[in-house]
Amino acid sequence: MDGEDDFELGGRRYRSRLIVGTGKYADFAETRRAIDASGAEIVTVAVRRVNVTDPGRENLLDHVPPEIFTILPNTAGCYTAEEAIRTARLAREAGVGNLVKIEVIGDEKTLFPDVPATIEASRVLVKEGFLVLPYVTDDPVACRRLEDVGCAAVMPLAAPIGSGLGIRNPYNLKIIIEQSRVPVIVDAGVGCASDAARALELGCDAVLMNTAIAGARDPILMAEAMRLGVEAGRRSFLAGRIPRKLHASASSPIEGMLD
Amino acid sequence: MEIRLNGETRAVEDGLSVADLVASLGLGGRRVAVELNREILAREDYPATRLSAGDVVEVVQFVGGG
Repeated sequence: MDGEDDFELGGRRYRSRLIVGTGKYADFAETRRAIDASGAEIVTVAVRRVNVTDPGRENLLDHVPPEIFTILPNTAGCYTAEEAIRTARLAREAGVGNLVKIEVIGDEKTLFPDVPATIEASRVLVKEGFLVLPYVTDDPVACRRLEDVGCAAVMPLAAPIGSGLGIRNPYNLKIIIEQSRVPVIVDAGVGCASDAARALELGCDAVLMNTAIAGARDPILMAEAMRLGVEAGRRSFLAGRIPRKLHASASSPIEGMLD
Repeated sequence: MEIRLNGETRAVEDGLSVADLVASLGLGGRRVAVELNREILAREDYPATRLSAGDVVEVVQFVGGG
C-alpha cells in the first residue's frame, strides 16, 4: 500500500496514521525511542515557561527535531479561549509552523472540552492562518460547527484523556466520520492496540495518543503495538468487513461429506 | 532595575535588550517565544527591544505533552 493510502493533513501527506504525544516519558531518549517505534511522523508538544533558574537544560526539540517530525503544539491546560489563542500564537512564534491542537478544558476532573470556547478559539485562529486541529467531545454537532469555522480536522475524544477506556461511543464516531469533509482523528481515551485498530476500522483517518504508550509497562513495545494496531485497523477498514449475522454460515463445503 | 521574568522578580542591567536577555538564559538561537507585557515579540525585534523597569516578560519553549 506504499504511497497509495497516505494520510493528508494541511496539504501534507503522511505515511503514518498515528500521532503521538511526548508527555509522561522517563526522559527525552525514551520519548524518541517510543516515537520511532510508533512510526509517527506528527508529534504533539506543550508550550510552557522556560525554567529561568535552570534554563540551559536539554530541550525536547533536540531529541525530536522539527526537521524530521511535524510538530503539533497543543494548548493543554488552557481553560478559556483567550488562553488557548495566546498559547497558539506563542507556539507559532517559536517557529515550528502553523499547526495547532486546540484544547480548551471545561472541567478539571474529566478534562472534557469547553465546546463553545473551543469553537471560538478555533474561529479566531483559523482567521490568523493557523491549521487548527480541535480536541472535542464525540458530538456530531460540535464537530460540524468546528468544521464550519474552518478547522483542518476534527479530533473527537474516544474516552476521557488518559483514561484508557477505549471507544465509548462508536456510533457517534460513525456519524462524525460520515458527515465530515475534513479528517477525523480520534484524540484521547485509547488504552491498547485493539482500541487503536477499532478507531481506524470505524473509518477514522488517524488516532492521537500519549498516555496509552507512555504509561504502558514497556512504552517502546506498546508504541510498536500501536503502530501495528493502526495499520491493521486501516487495512481492515479498507478491506470491508463481512456483515454481522445471527446464525452460522459454514466455511467448509457440504459436498463430499462422508456418508 | 527589576523586571518580572516568567513570574519571578529578576534584577537585570538597565536597558538590557531582549536578545541579550534570551542569550543570558542560554536560549540564543533556540525555538522559544517571548511575550513583553502580554504582547508577542517577533524574533527580529529582540535586538532592538530594550527592557524597562517593571516590564513583564514571558519566555516559553516546547515541553513534552499530549
